[in-house]
Amino acid sequence: MADAAEVLASEAKIGGISRTLGAQILVGIAVVLTILHYVGLLPEALFRLPETMVPPFAVWLDVIFNFVKDDLGLLALTRFLTEGLQWLLDVTANLLFGKRRWPNIGPIPWTAVAAVAGVIGYHLGGWRMAFLGAGTFIWTALIGQWKIAMETMSVLVVAAPLAFFIGLGLGILAWKKPWFNRAIKPVLSVLQTLPFFTYLLPAVIFFKVGPTAGAVATTIYAIPPMILMTTLGLQKVSPEVVEAGNMSGCTKWQLLRHVYLPSARTEILVGVNQVIMLCLAMVVLTAFIGMPGLGAKLLAMMGSFKLGRSFEIGVTIVLLAVMLDRMSKAWVVKQPEHFEKGTPWWKRNQTLVLAVGAFVFFLLVSKVIPEAQTLGRKQNFSQGKELDNLIKGFLNIDIVKATTGFLRAFVNVQILIPFRNFLLSIPTPAFILLVTAFALYLGGRKQAIYALIFFCLVALSGWWDRSVITLYSVISAVAIAMLIGLPLGIWAARTEKWSKRILLVCDTAQTFPSFVYLIPAIMLFGITDIAVIFSILIFAMVPLTRYTIEGLRTVPLEMTEAADMAGATRMQKLMKVQLPLALPTMAVGFNQAIMFAFFMVIIAAFIGTQDLGQELQRTLAGTDLGKNFVLGICVSLMALTFDLTILKWSSDRKQALGLGD
Amino acid sequence: MNKFTTALSAGVVALMPLASFAEDSSDPIVIPIHNWSSQIVMSHVVGQIFESMGNNVEFVTTDSQAVYESVRLGDVTLELEVWEGAFGASFRAALEKGGLHDAGDHDAVTREDWWYPMWTKDACPGLPSWEALNDCAAVFATAETGDKGRYLDGPVDWLKHGQERVEALGMDFVVVNAGSAAALWAEIGAAEADKKPVVVFNWTPNFAEAVWPGEFVEFPEWVDGCDKDPKVGPNPDALYDCGNPAKGYLKKAAWDGMKDKWPAAYDVLTKISFTNPQIAEMAKFVDVDEMEPEEAAAEWLEQNPEVWQGWTGS
Repeated sequence: MADAAEVLASEAKIGGISRTLGAQILVGIAVVLTILHYVGLLPEALFRLPETMVPPFAVWLDVIFNFVKDDLGLLALTRFLTEGLQWLLDVTANLLFGKRRWPNIGPIPWTAVAAVAGVIGYHLGGWRMAFLGAGTFIWTALIGQWKIAMETMSVLVVAAPLAFFIGLGLGILAWKKPWFNRAIKPVLSVLQTLPFFTYLLPAVIFFKVGPTAGAVATTIYAIPPMILMTTLGLQKVSPEVVEAGNMSGCTKWQLLRHVYLPSARTEILVGVNQVIMLCLAMVVLTAFIGMPGLGAKLLAMMGSFKLGRSFEIGVTIVLLAVMLDRMSKAWVVKQPEHFEKGTPWWKRNQTLVLAVGAFVFFLLVSKVIPEAQTLGRKQNFSQGKELDNLIKGFLNIDIVKATTGFLRAFVNVQILIPFRNFLLSIPTPAFILLVTAFALYLGGRKQAIYALIFFCLVALSGWWDRSVITLYSVISAVAIAMLIGLPLGIWAARTEKWSKRILLVCDTAQTFPSFVYLIPAIMLFGITDIAVIFSILIFAMVPLTRYTIEGLRTVPLEMTEAADMAGATRMQKLMKVQLPLALPTMAVGFNQAIMFAFFMVIIAAFIGTQDLGQELQRTLAGTDLGKNFVLGICVSLMALTFDLTILKWSSDRKQALGLGD
Repeated sequence: MNKFTTALSAGVVALMPLASFAEDSSDPIVIPIHNWSSQIVMSHVVGQIFESMGNNVEFVTTDSQAVYESVRLGDVTLELEVWEGAFGASFRAALEKGGLHDAGDHDAVTREDWWYPMWTKDACPGLPSWEALNDCAAVFATAETGDKGRYLDGPVDWLKHGQERVEALGMDFVVVNAGSAAALWAEIGAAEADKKPVVVFNWTPNFAEAVWPGEFVEFPEWVDGCDKDPKVGPNPDALYDCGNPAKGYLKKAAWDGMKDKWPAAYDVLTKISFTNPQIAEMAKFVDVDEMEPEEAAAEWLEQNPEVWQGWTGS
């Protein structure tokens, strides 16, 4: 492993200096600067950028926004679009939960929805999927959350298809026109790292507070992977298929519709899956800008300290997410069916017939039995109070209290706080050099230049201290996540059974609304850095564990067999063969962990932090679009630096190891 | 198909239109709801009163600070709970920009200040005086604060000036800011189990009174100018050396266009006035009795017809 790193490092010389040496020089300068600061010899201007030198980015941005918004009439345009969107949302709202708008025929009975979900589930993946589909909706109704769940769904059924079509369109465009692809790539990278608070404010200003803004923010958040997957899928279409299309005399449109898109089906459906998952991830966050439903209820429940009820809402969101995820994945795997000529239409469209049949049946049943139409809160099986007591009881066990007390006294006071103060004591230029050195060592010259520019911009934004605190939370959380997540992944990867179980846990942890465990985190650790890091940790551990398992389980069998034949012990096999080969994949997981941590650190503002998230949260209350944007870009730039560097390193390693991409 | 539409909610059905005011627009009156129970129930109570007058009503969930911008633009028609302490600044800012106006006060008064749950008194019997609190500062110490006591203030954007008061009065306390109301409740909830003494930021009326009985710390009484003139208050050199006003206002705000578009509803809005016990009762229906807000509102209207029928004149 060390050999490969040396080979790589020596390959990339910069003007005769190896990357390692270059990085060492940069670190050296940084250390000197820091020591100078400690002994008091460093001029103040070199420690932190003087306030007077900070350009008023926020003011400039505000001027530009106002110009685009009012003078160019963008607001008038978006408000016009809002009308259309509102109409669409009203229709779904009427159908799903009976809002009094055209067409005034809803709400659809819950039994009918559950039955249709069951039929679709059966079609896609047999009885298990049917059970999951129908079961999710039955749970939702019985627990007394039907109406709020449908409020959420009424927005998602508009936002997800919107994201799909826009993403598909832009993806096709990016595939046809290379210049567009080049232009859109950086935009997508920024979009994917931009904190969600930055999406929310413009959505409110341009699309009116309420479900419309929620739908727009959700759509924008979900588009990027759809574009990327579409382009990827279309690029992979083999020339032979296209040739066949051309020979049968297809027009351009027919070629796209009947040749390219079906051939790229798998990638496009993976994109669909991503769209759905991202839409669900926004359910709670969009509640801040007036999205009704599960998220709003969750926030209200947390506002009155109802742990049990908010936990139940969390479970509903996870169930919805897991159901939609498994169903869309089953759809990816399922190949289109082909029938012999002359098969009657009802046989060809069996699922459709069944679904319509079940739907009509329950529609009629609900006319007779009111419980089949709607279940009020009074008939539900919610265990809110019992769960409350359970959670409080757990937090009150002596061992739990002793452990958290120790963690708080030791880890927080002895490790975390000193580490934060140390990071804050590093002069700005030295800090930038350190990051540049890191990028140079792992990535290369190009990555180093990006890191330098990005962090200089962060320094210029005037939010340096808060950025460093944000980075501190991210680094600490990811470091601890590695200590726990990697061994867990390595252990789970040893057997198929445990791999599957742990991966399911990962899925759950990822879709469970993070807000719900903020409260137990506070109850365990108080409002301290530890609570913040704990809540990020859960989220950051997911990709680390997942990619470790996937990396280890995809190590080519010949390699492990060779190691066995050479008489390696299990430990040797792991350290010398499996881990080095899995490392590039694990690096992708590491990268995602950092991205997730940047995402979560902003949410942790609700515990109480002093970082960028806190300021961002503050801008939500006002109309400070400029400041909101500057803060968002700061987070994005820091995240991008890591993203670019680690992904470059990972792909370099893969090539060096001959694993292909 | 009428069956579907009427199944909207039991509360609405119970209060089907009594009389139609010809002059009110049939467009829905948009009422904002936030994330605390009393406001949600009050909004539904008022919404159902409007519906009983034949108006269409719609609810939208919004941020409690950003809502004033939406009222100003007419996206949202009114706001029923404008707290002097918490939202006074946002309200005044929107008032200056124009588009909304003050639609009168509730009877209810609001108070926001340092607060402690009753069990804290066992560890620090001299309470509620602030001097006594300061004398037992060590009781409130945590791993991070060393010898000093820890005071959990509201989120920084609520601008509660806890830090300034600690300095102005020379108190042995470290101020920590919570990130959200939920974070404050979590701290109290965690302390409840073993009756650990805590002092946190809190306000009334809210649901916490029903769950955790407690008291406000008595600081030097609020004098006008305490936040602007250092000479006011016990410390002649510092601002914020007083407690917060013990009787803050609770206002209603309305979009300027409401008066012309829904004159009858607007007229009722200006008459609406709830008292502290009424607000507490509304919160209790949801927080303690676990009702849904719509049901709680219907229940409240049923139990208190004498209160609200005077406003509608029916």
